[in-house]
Amino acid sequence: METTTSTLDAMTGFSERKGFAAQVQRALHRYPTLSPAFVLLVASIAFTVLSDGKFARAGTIGIILQQTAVMAALAIGQTLIVLTAGVDLAVGTGMLLTHLVIAKLFFERGLPAPLALAAGAGVGIGLGLVHGLLVTKIKLPPFITTLGTFYVFQSLGLVYSQARTISKNDLGGLNSLLLWTGKELGFGKLKITVGVVLVFVMYLVFTYILTNTAWGSHVYSTGDDMEAARLAGIDVTRVIISVYMVAGLLYAIGGWVQLGRSLSASSNAAVDVNLETITAVVIGGTSLFGGRGRLSGTLIGALVVSVFRLGLTLAGVSPYWQNFAIGALIIVAVGLDQWIRKVAK
Amino acid sequence: MSASTSTTAIPILSAKGLQKRFGRVTALNGSDLELYPGEVLAVIGDNGAGKSSLIKCLSGAMSPDEGEIRLDGAPVSFRGPQEARAAGIETVYQTLAVAPALDIATNMFLGRERRRPGVLGNVFRMLDKAGMRRDAKTALDELGIGTLQDITQAVETLSGGQRQAVAVARAAAFGSKVVILDEPTAALGVKESGQVLQMIRDLRDKGLPIILISHNMPHVFDVADRIHIQRLGQRVAVVDPKSVSMSDAVAIMTGAKTVA
Repeated sequence: METTTSTLDAMTGFSERKGFAAQVQRALHRYPTLSPAFVLLVASIAFTVLSDGKFARAGTIGIILQQTAVMAALAIGQTLIVLTAGVDLAVGTGMLLTHLVIAKLFFERGLPAPLALAAGAGVGIGLGLVHGLLVTKIKLPPFITTLGTFYVFQSLGLVYSQARTISKNDLGGLNSLLLWTGKELGFGKLKITVGVVLVFVMYLVFTYILTNTAWGSHVYSTGDDMEAARLAGIDVTRVIISVYMVAGLLYAIGGWVQLGRSLSASSNAAVDVNLETITAVVIGGTSLFGGRGRLSGTLIGALVVSVFRLGLTLAGVSPYWQNFAIGALIIVAVGLDQWIRKVAK
Repeated sequence: MSASTSTTAIPILSAKGLQKRFGRVTALNGSDLELYPGEVLAVIGDNGAGKSSLIKCLSGAMSPDEGEIRLDGAPVSFRGPQEARAAGIETVYQTLAVAPALDIATNMFLGRERRRPGVLGNVFRMLDKAGMRRDAKTALDELGIGTLQDITQAVETLSGGQRQAVAVARAAAFGSKVVILDEPTAALGVKESGQVLQMIRDLRDKGLPIILISHNMPHVFDVADRIHIQRLGQRVAVVDPKSVSMSDAVAIMTGAKTVA
């Protein structure tokens, strides 16, 4: 009897299935940003209550946004790469190397700030090109490729900077274009920086590109079913290389935001950023298997990470528990992704 | 046999003396094929008969060592599926080649997206989503599968038959001259197979010639106008399904019966 029912289920397909769980599953499948948005909302309310209202203050929100900016910028590139079923473990060290290049060209070579930034963009894109070529031409798995370059970039950053910090004054002072991303913009008590605005604009730009251009469709289809994309006439090699190059450009943008955030350049800045971008992408509902996910989800995911970090502190929880919470969140997020994907089966 | 006696027209797609060897294995040993305008030509053959090599040569996925392929009477040679597609030969692969997470309209236009006119399209590269959705809907409606409620639903939420319909609609929608269907009913249930077969007839009635590769004899005899029988790398016969029985066709295919 049971066999009959399950066969019948299989035949009639999921559209016939009823019940609350199935509806939730279908809603999440259709709108993958729903679950991280829900987490962000619940966490914000919980932390506000637990911190006696401290969390909901404009000052706190400003700090969260400023703390998230660099990681969120890099998470854009991470999202694009994960959408093609790849991963970039070297986002953080790539950004570090790039921001050191910008700082050193300005400080030691005397390059004008716009040129130093342009050169940084060029270096970032070049690093991305190396990733893209290794992944597509040498056919190394993205995980291995970027695990290797993670160390390589880190080492190059140390060699290049000799582990010396380039200070605010060496970068041209507070009015320098290099530090412009750190300029505060006050909206009443809410203090954000030019960098925060820049990163938000990047999200808008890349959301447009992903959802409204052919390139965006090609990125999704390449990660979704590479063979289908190839048979549809898409040059998947070019798509993958271009995605890594765009991620490289974002190293430079993230690096610029980092300069404004720390008002200096240092080879040991932003050490947590590598894995945190992946965390943001995963919590944001983008599938590590490629082809599905949204940038809006990543932005929410990035905010969730910062909200948890600061919220737990404000709620008086020992900082030792922070990573426990983030780790649990990742596992829940991936579990949810697996469940949502069952809609297709 | 009673093959192609009435067809004095020029074949839209023809192959002559195709040879293809893989090391010491001969996949095609001088195989011919003719597809005439407005017909469904079924290609049947045992495993290893050279069916798929023949089809791959026609769809550009493989180039023959020797022999000639003509499209509209002019010799062609394809260096890849893209070139065959550009020339008007569309192939729907058995593996279905649709991206499951993408919606129906995006899948139909995948690889040939259309941009908005003017600055939005030229400078901002904006896709004409509304237009592509409208045309995708029209194409599906024309194939009698307008039952799909929502052109923006992900392909993975469709049934096997509906997915097949999307793949076939895509193949037929872009002014193609020939559509090759590789085992389109292999993974489908009875009802869905019926829908796909009806779709094949509809396309044929619109004047689109179709090559159908199938192992399913009832389906072949249901829709084919002529049946090309492949055996040991050659075409051994072309038969008329109205005058030859299914068991005779199978007998020719397996070599139990030879054709004079």
